[in-house]
Amino acid sequence: METTRTYFLTDTAIMLGRSLRHVFRSMDTIITVTLMPIAMMLLFVYVLGGAIQTGADNYVNYLLPGILLIAIANSIGYTSYRLFLDMQKGIFERFHSMPIARSAALWGHVLTSLVSNMISLFIIVLVALVMGFRSSAGVLEWLGVAGMLALFTLTLTWIAAIAGLSAKSVDGAAAIAYPIHFLPLISSAFVPTATMPSAVRIFAENQPVTSVVETIRALLSNQPVGSELWLALGWCGGIVLLAYLFAMRVYRRAN
Amino acid sequence: MQKLAIKVEGLQKSFKGLSVLKGVDLEVEKGSIFALLGTNGSGKTTIVKILTTLLRPDSGKAIVGGFDVNQNPGQVRQAISLTGQFAAVDEMLTGRENLILIARLRHLQNPRRIADDLLNRFGLNEAAGRLASTYSGGMRRRLDIAMSLVGNAQLVFLDEPTTGLDPEARIEVWKIIKELAAGGTTVFLTTQYLEEAEQLADRIAILDKGKIIVSGTLAELKKMFPAATVEYIEKQPSLEEIFLAIVGANQEQ
Ligand SMILES: Nc1ncnc2c1ncn2[C@@H]1O[C@H](COP(=O)(O)OP(=O)(O)OP(=O)(O)O)[C@@H](O)[C@H]1O
Ligand SMILES: [Mg+2]
Repeated sequence: METTRTYFLTDTAIMLGRSLRHVFRSMDTIITVTLMPIAMMLLFVYVLGGAIQTGADNYVNYLLPGILLIAIANSIGYTSYRLFLDMQKGIFERFHSMPIARSAALWGHVLTSLVSNMISLFIIVLVALVMGFRSSAGVLEWLGVAGMLALFTLTLTWIAAIAGLSAKSVDGAAAIAYPIHFLPLISSAFVPTATMPSAVRIFAENQPVTSVVETIRALLSNQPVGSELWLALGWCGGIVLLAYLFAMRVYRRAN
Repeated sequence: MQKLAIKVEGLQKSFKGLSVLKGVDLEVEKGSIFALLGTNGSGKTTIVKILTTLLRPDSGKAIVGGFDVNQNPGQVRQAISLTGQFAAVDEMLTGRENLILIARLRHLQNPRRIADDLLNRFGLNEAAGRLASTYSGGMRRRLDIAMSLVGNAQLVFLDEPTTGLDPEARIEVWKIIKELAAGGTTVFLTTQYLEEAEQLADRIAILDKGKIIVSGTLAELKKMFPAATVEYIEKQPSLEEIFLAIVGANQEQ
């Protein structure tokens, strides 16, 4: 038992290193995950920002949480894609015929998503700082923000894992990303929900992304997080658990 | 010490009602080359996947490297290595990185040296630093086999190792397989090429319609072929003819 556990950690770390190499070697991934959200931020702030009334004195401050979530949503299609390729090309079969912890290969992909997102989110925050983003958050609040973003990333990544493991084609594997792209857009991420038509508003105010956005926004502006935090944790915690269990089931059955 | 590397009894497997293996029995001696011969869809890959713990059989028993594939898959994995039907190399890594990856996953000392040795042995030195996606089919297959040899497993499975290779590359792979066996490794290979089985195998088994219909040494198989009749020049039947004759007879039943 002891050795299995040690091996699980080292094997997962090796898998993580392998799949991070894939990320850093594909320009496409880096552009979509890091540069696109930055371009979006520039567009919103310098082109559309003047026309959007948020009540905040600094639109970058208002916008940043949503941009960070968009970046995460953009990235998860790649997790599905990489998982699908490993299944299709027999790489997983090779790993599974070797004496290594079974789920290490899957965890390697999931942690790759987490690590690469944390890097790209960090870069986006730096760019936002240059664009005038200011935060009164202390260390604890920043840790809270990082934790919330990590949980959100894991939630979407495990959903993406299900898609990647059960897809029949490359397109099918990546398709999971499309509906998820829209969630941050139909939330309070870019404009206050008050201006939306009532049906859209009801959806926007009650979907998980809004509570995550509001939690991060509150933390960054050093405001009390209130019930939004519990709502965000409830949503993400519940979904990530279900997605994890389901993905593991698909993984075991497929192999 | 037992003499058998693999012992299979009454192996059955079906996929959603399609019965693929209908009671397969076979034995492979330690240190020998065993060739499983069969046409497309006859179930070769299914057998390989069961013996390498990737698939669970519906019924029957398979002992590989001294352990039951159902009860002790972990121990079986310690003893074997698999080169699947389609080259499973990581295309986003270089040849050397692929080998180092496997060496690290097998928790071996000095992964770099192991990689360099294999690159040398497989004539991949020059391409070692290139991404595997730039490799030709033959190079990819060589890298694929090299990856399976990391860690010197006592029992190596090769599922159609030469399909899709040109004659030269095929002969190279044959050479590697012969060297492996000469070093004491047991080799289980599947093939559609009768010539390949003739060239390499100590024992040959023919899989047809989910059962092993014949097995034996090449000499034994040749004896089963109906004697030549009215011919002036005595012609030795090739394995191909034996195969077609037996499969043909099996179809008429
Ligand atoms: N996962 C699966 N689900 C459903 N059917 C399958 C599955 N795997 C294999 N089969 C079917 O089982 C039969 C045997 O397949 P298998 O791949 O073992 O044949 P093979 O002898 O390796 O063929 P080939 O020479 O083409 O590689 C085929 O009819 C195939 O369609
Ligand atoms: Mg096959």
